[in-house]
Amino acid sequence: MAKQIEDFDANLAGEEGKTEETKSSWFKRIKKGINTKTSEKKETPEGLWVKCPDCSFICTVSELRESLFVCPKCTFHHRINSSEYYELLFDNNEFTELFENIRSKDYLEFTDLKPYKKRLEETWSKTDLKDSMRVAVGKVNGNDLVIACMDFEFIGGSLGSVMGEKFSRAVDYCILNKMPYMVISKSGGARMMESAFSLMQLAKTSGKLSQLSDAKLPYISLLTDPTFGGISASFGMLGDLNIAEPDALIGFAGPRVIKETIKKDLPPGFQRSEFILEHGFLDFIVPRKELKDKLAKVLLLLRN
Amino acid sequence: MPTDANRQFLDFEKPIKDLIDEIASMKHRQEKTKLDLSDTIQKLEQGILDKRKEITENLSSWQRVQLSRHPDRPYTLKYIDKMAENFVELYGDRNVKDDKAMVGGFASLGGETVMIIGQQKGINTKMRQMRNFGMANPEGYRKALRLMRLAEKFNKPVITLIDTPGAYPGLEAEERGQGEAIARNIYEMIRLKVPVICVIIGEGASGGALGIGVGDKVFMMENTWYTVISPESCSSILWRSWDKKEVAAEQLRLTADKMLGFGLIDGIIPEPVGGAHWDYDGAAQILKNYLIPVIKQLKEATPEERVNTRIEKFGKMGFWEEV
Ligand SMILES: [Zn+2]
Repeated sequence: MAKQIEDFDANLAGEEGKTEETKSSWFKRIKKGINTKTSEKKETPEGLWVKCPDCSFICTVSELRESLFVCPKCTFHHRINSSEYYELLFDNNEFTELFENIRSKDYLEFTDLKPYKKRLEETWSKTDLKDSMRVAVGKVNGNDLVIACMDFEFIGGSLGSVMGEKFSRAVDYCILNKMPYMVISKSGGARMMESAFSLMQLAKTSGKLSQLSDAKLPYISLLTDPTFGGISASFGMLGDLNIAEPDALIGFAGPRVIKETIKKDLPPGFQRSEFILEHGFLDFIVPRKELKDKLAKVLLLLRN
Repeated sequence: MPTDANRQFLDFEKPIKDLIDEIASMKHRQEKTKLDLSDTIQKLEQGILDKRKEITENLSSWQRVQLSRHPDRPYTLKYIDKMAENFVELYGDRNVKDDKAMVGGFASLGGETVMIIGQQKGINTKMRQMRNFGMANPEGYRKALRLMRLAEKFNKPVITLIDTPGAYPGLEAEERGQGEAIARNIYEMIRLKVPVICVIIGEGASGGALGIGVGDKVFMMENTWYTVISPESCSSILWRSWDKKEVAAEQLRLTADKMLGFGLIDGIIPEPVGGAHWDYDGAAQILKNYLIPVIKQLKEATPEERVNTRIEKFGKMGFWEEV
């Protein structure tokens, strides 16, 4: 199916995109309703229906949740957040969150249309998140695993100092406890409001991966829709295994920029997981429903 | 090196052009009338030097960006030509092709063999296209990595000269893994056993710059910029308009003095008065004199010490608060 070129630049600016696919907060509002205690009362039934952005299939949020936020009709993988991935992957949804006290600071006093400080404050109050990445440790089918997972709703999952620092501490934790490491990426790229500091996170995280590699501990990079810019130009593409969810948009330059540069339409399927795999940059593509078992299988193989 | 007759001028360099024109007309008059105007001409020439100094002392961030892109500015091969001897250029990534936007090879610098690698921009319309405006494709980054490994094998220091508006955002670049190529370079550079010195000689845009920019020491020349995105793209994304590039440049704090203040670079390399485009020999000499003692100093450490220090140095970069 032909998809619109997504404008995740808008998410990087801390705003919502205009295309159907990026209206994640619309989806989030409904979903959030499910997560909160009051929603269990099912007060507003019309808020509990979700329309698939790909095939327009309508189902309830609980149906969707049961199918791991994969459209029951067309297998479109809805964007989900760290809490959903943790629930999906960790046994009995039991995990310990690590380094949750670190949050962004507006060191540069960066101001675009809004001061960065204000943008952060708004995002903190709008979400339950402190930044665009959470780190947690738990078990996946009995295997220990540290999972760092991005949240797209926090300024487009952008890579800034906090993500870099949490990533680094997660690697230290893995080395100390001899555990494998997995990162679930979902990001438009670097956080421009942190300027060169955000760029340097590419080097910072690569240095840590080098230490993890010397400790012979596995690093699995799961790329989900979308993964771009600084993420794919650093740890996103540096996994011992690089894997992806189906049909995820993955690349270095965004499709809009490429289209403007080459002044041609982009071929169908360009920068989708299947395209990335065919060009040799992914080890495999895994549907969300098979993710946990396949991950556990890999962890077991690497351990024994 | 351009002569005064074919020099190009940025708008804020206009007063210098006026002085140069005035000298030319004085000389013309002197020839015609046989009057001795050498005093006046000498004063005007001093005026040019003063003007060059004055202008570069009061540049806005955006003007600094403009200067980094000055059409007469020396590029990588020019620096190599002017500061090193016995340069042997090496081509190709041994896989896809030779990327003309990335050049490199062995050379002697002050009597010692080094590997010099850098992005290369073209000096005229035809060359600019051939060099793809200094925007490398994945094979360019892989060529750079191949040369760095070669240097490592023969225990030669690596010097990278960075000058790029970014990695090329093209269709084939994506097919061949632009992200992976840059990621791999960053990863391998931080582990490279030989001394690595990186110098921003012009534009230092984003991952395209960092792809050859991870070193024991990272320096910026005086009239360069280095950050996560070009001011133009930043303006278009954060301000939703292409017109805010000046503000974006200011907000990004992308100049050498700011970067040094943040501790993100290790030093600023001065340029000849008014910028490197006024004096290629001078600029290359300053760079050479700056690099030689740094190489010497870095060689005193063991490979393990250098790698650990490198990882620690980048590991400290960032700001956050604990709540
Ligand atoms: Zn569907």
